[in-house]
Amino acid sequence: MTRTFRMDEAQPRLLDDTAQGVIGTPMDRPEGPLKVTGKAAYAADNLPEGLAHGALVRATITRGRIAGIDEDSIADLPGVIAVIRDDRFVRNPAQGMADEAPVQPGDRIDYHGQPIALVVGESYEAARDGALRLKVRYDEDAGAEVDPATASETEDGDPTESGDWDKAVAGATVSVDVTYTTPAQVSAAMEPHAAVAEWKADRLVLRGSQQMLRFNRNEIADSLGIDPEDVQILSPYIGGGFGSKLGIGSEAVSAAIAARELGRPVRVVMTRQTVFDAVLRRTETEQRVRFAADGEGRLLAIGHDDRISNLRDEEFAEPVSSASQFLYGADALLFRQTVARVHRTPAGSVRAPGEAVGMIAFESAMDELAEALEMCPVQLRLKNIPEKHPVTGQDFSARALAECLKTGADRFGWPGRTVPGSRREGDWMIGLGVASAARPNMLVKAAARVRLSAEGAVVETDMTDIGTGTYAIFAQIAAEMLGLPTGKVSVRLGDTDLPGASGSGGSFGASSSGSAVFLAARKIRETLAGKLGCSPEDLTLRDGIARGANHEAALSDLLDGELVEEAEIEEGKTAESHFSSGFGAHFAEVAVNAWTGEVRVRRMLGVFGIGRVLNEKTARSQAVGGMVWGVGSALHEDLVHDPRTGHVVTRDLANYHVAAHADIPADMQVEFLEERDDQANPMQSKGVGELGISGSGAAILNAIHNACGVRIRDLPATPDKLVAALEAATE
Amino acid sequence: MRDFTYLRATDADAAAEALGPEASIIAGGTNLLDLMKLQIMTPERLVDITRIDGLSTIEEDGDGLRIGALVSNAALAADSRIRAGYPVLSRAILAGASGQIRNKATTGGNLLQRTRCPYFYDTAMACNKRAPGTGCAAQEGAGRMLAVFGTSEHCLAAHPSDMAVGLRVLGATVEVRAADGALRTLALDEFYTLPGDRPDIETTLAPDEIITAVVLPAPRAGSVQAYRKVRDRASYAFALVSVAAVVEMDGDRIGKVDLAFGGVGPRPWAGDDVAAALAGETPDEALFRRAAGALEPDRAPHPDAAFKLPLLRRTLVAVLREATGLAEASPGTDHAKDAA
Repeated sequence: MTRTFRMDEAQPRLLDDTAQGVIGTPMDRPEGPLKVTGKAAYAADNLPEGLAHGALVRATITRGRIAGIDEDSIADLPGVIAVIRDDRFVRNPAQGMADEAPVQPGDRIDYHGQPIALVVGESYEAARDGALRLKVRYDEDAGAEVDPATASETEDGDPTESGDWDKAVAGATVSVDVTYTTPAQVSAAMEPHAAVAEWKADRLVLRGSQQMLRFNRNEIADSLGIDPEDVQILSPYIGGGFGSKLGIGSEAVSAAIAARELGRPVRVVMTRQTVFDAVLRRTETEQRVRFAADGEGRLLAIGHDDRISNLRDEEFAEPVSSASQFLYGADALLFRQTVARVHRTPAGSVRAPGEAVGMIAFESAMDELAEALEMCPVQLRLKNIPEKHPVTGQDFSARALAECLKTGADRFGWPGRTVPGSRREGDWMIGLGVASAARPNMLVKAAARVRLSAEGAVVETDMTDIGTGTYAIFAQIAAEMLGLPTGKVSVRLGDTDLPGASGSGGSFGASSSGSAVFLAARKIRETLAGKLGCSPEDLTLRDGIARGANHEAALSDLLDGELVEEAEIEEGKTAESHFSSGFGAHFAEVAVNAWTGEVRVRRMLGVFGIGRVLNEKTARSQAVGGMVWGVGSALHEDLVHDPRTGHVVTRDLANYHVAAHADIPADMQVEFLEERDDQANPMQSKGVGELGISGSGAAILNAIHNACGVRIRDLPATPDKLVAALEAATE
Repeated sequence: MRDFTYLRATDADAAAEALGPEASIIAGGTNLLDLMKLQIMTPERLVDITRIDGLSTIEEDGDGLRIGALVSNAALAADSRIRAGYPVLSRAILAGASGQIRNKATTGGNLLQRTRCPYFYDTAMACNKRAPGTGCAAQEGAGRMLAVFGTSEHCLAAHPSDMAVGLRVLGATVEVRAADGALRTLALDEFYTLPGDRPDIETTLAPDEIITAVVLPAPRAGSVQAYRKVRDRASYAFALVSVAAVVEMDGDRIGKVDLAFGGVGPRPWAGDDVAAALAGETPDEALFRRAAGALEPDRAPHPDAAFKLPLLRRTLVAVLREATGLAEASPGTDHAKDAA
């Protein structure tokens, strides 16, 4: 194993000097044609010989125990093979990077919808019929608490605080103290969770839809009680994850157990309803945001308290005030969290955990403060950007917040914004809104291998591509570093037998695992320089030709067989000395119907600083995707739980509304500012996947207020809520 | 999905003969297949009527039009005679579902689609409509999409169709054929039943009857027709409320008015009383508000759905403003021409 590179100091900006000219370009995904022609084999597309099909059975009580499963109730159904029930079944998916088995509750039931058994059949239809008909007897515990607002069991986190709160507030000219509530959400990835498990001798081969294979292998091995070396996970294509496939879940564990017991491969594909019932949701939140400011708009106090929920024994707690702790500075800071324990589908990471909902409240409250101060919301933000991290005292690395706000205001025509309720086109009231964007950047341990031969280069890592563009980006990094056209680089991903990468999560995948690719290629460059007879600094590689120190040679002539290098990277001293984050600014224009309260988004602009852009097209797609979810968060998405049982009521895509095409304006602009983050990683890049959703919903809510004077503080902003406010305003 | 036998009927007699309590007709299948996969409906026999001749055309019928039961929603909405003479029907159809679904869904099937109440859709929940006598889990549950008119203590479900609201405002009738060949013609309020204590029964169709056609009366040339659907997102969502209106002006005064509402009742809900209060009056926003204010349900709505009343009233006022010329017409409000 190679020595791990620690990011202890800024690295030379090598990618600014390389000659191939492909890094950052809007390269198409190389696997795109496979996907759109149906040739890319996703997990459930694998149909090994002898395959049996499993359907998960859900608990239909909220809390209690399984008293018995009446297997005879479906024994006579044609095509039903077996009912699988095992104490190793998992209650819910593992949390991201858990690296160990999730809760295995035995016969205990902790929420309505919990997968409790697997019916296996010769066909999917037979298995599903069996799963729906299987009779289960329960010992039900009465009094299961399902409402986060009233749950009696709560845990308070350690508060984050600094300064003298009372003194700061006492000196304020203007203050804001508002409470926002956001509903639970689900990822609703297009591809439902699926697994095909097959045992080859004593080794499990699992074809799954997983985001973080290095962790997932350990999680399933721990769940099954086997050695991680006896597990291979293959996950080359993933139809969206958004956090819902970070950890190993019921589909994979039950498929592996059933395949072992039956001695034949088993496929388990969750129905859409099961995805809603049993995959980690985003917690609902109740957030109290407090600002105190002097008459000039300088912040004196920033407070952000939240109450969230999760199931017992789940450590994950949505970091709601994450961005609130470093966006702006003040004399006094106070951030507190309460977790309510409820019997609902457990909560976990959903795209931008923390910022996605926290910034909606925080950045809306900032707009309320600007209104109270009679100050431009852009100016208020610019005025309060802190010199150092307000909590940790760290220096910021590259931080484009001010420039994003200024550039965006200029591009969007922000000075044309009028006072609330003053701009009207027929029955539609028009308004503009702004919000800051921020999402911390991380460097997570990752390894990759690069092979170079006369035929070209191969990149190998267990990193995944969840639709984000990993195949394209890694080809660009290797091609840029090795002086090859991207078509000469092939990328192998999603196989745990390859070097262990960061996985896809937390927006850190491309930069962390990409840095491992970069470092492996950098080592190859050093070897090539030696072969050519020049220093690595003097080496220029382009289109398969090496040049340096008045030497020139074709790579094919320099290479004697294959050069193979592996590299691993992890965070180092720069993560202590500097705080690295993506920043940006969102602008939105909306129309609100004066009669019906319908909201239509007319245009959006996001301006972002994400360090070096690795692929302009995939980065833009990530940003737009996040902004679209911001629209959904502000206006549509609402995971409704039954007030009695806690079960998910909106458990399909007809009842759980994500934004439709007609909800998204054609005028959806993204601009990336030229930036290098030297403290982030050797490529000077930062994450982008979650920045687009961070704050975008607030820009829409703020635009709604500017349009019609109504503050929606209970999300989503559906017509009923706007109508109620409009009715109240006219009475 | 449970196993079923499949019979492809070649004529109406064969179809009627194959029908019965354990059988379901299948045409477009856009709703039935979902319900079968979820085992909300478990027919033992499917009778495919899509090969029966003569049910797929739109023909002139006196001064009106006779729409075959198998005419697709897409074809019906696009028909030039419908667009000219009955624009509210085109608008209503196009406000629902998606292009793909409208290509498959049929006129008869659309009328017979089942409620989207989430408790009806979840076989673990009590539902008198799905499993008579088990109760209604929606009563104390989450109920934002429920009906506010015509409900009973046994069922709060709303009918989801947009097309049926367009048909109701036009005074369309449904032609049904029994096994013996006898034809009946039913107004929509005769075709649909209210839930009462048997919400599992949704129409007056006998087990051996099939819908053969929907008949539209003569077009109301010169009328202003509007379909306004308010929903939680801009497309592909069921109505929170919808308003269908056919308004004729008599000089400066309002002439004959017909109104129907969607998303609020177990069937397309007629607004006859409101319409009557408008006839002969001079258009005026205060008048519209007063008339809309008369919309009151007999039973208190589920608290989650109570917002539908003010939303419906406001939407109605907005529609009437446009239909009577008080406000500029927006897309969805059209002037009907002679269908020919």
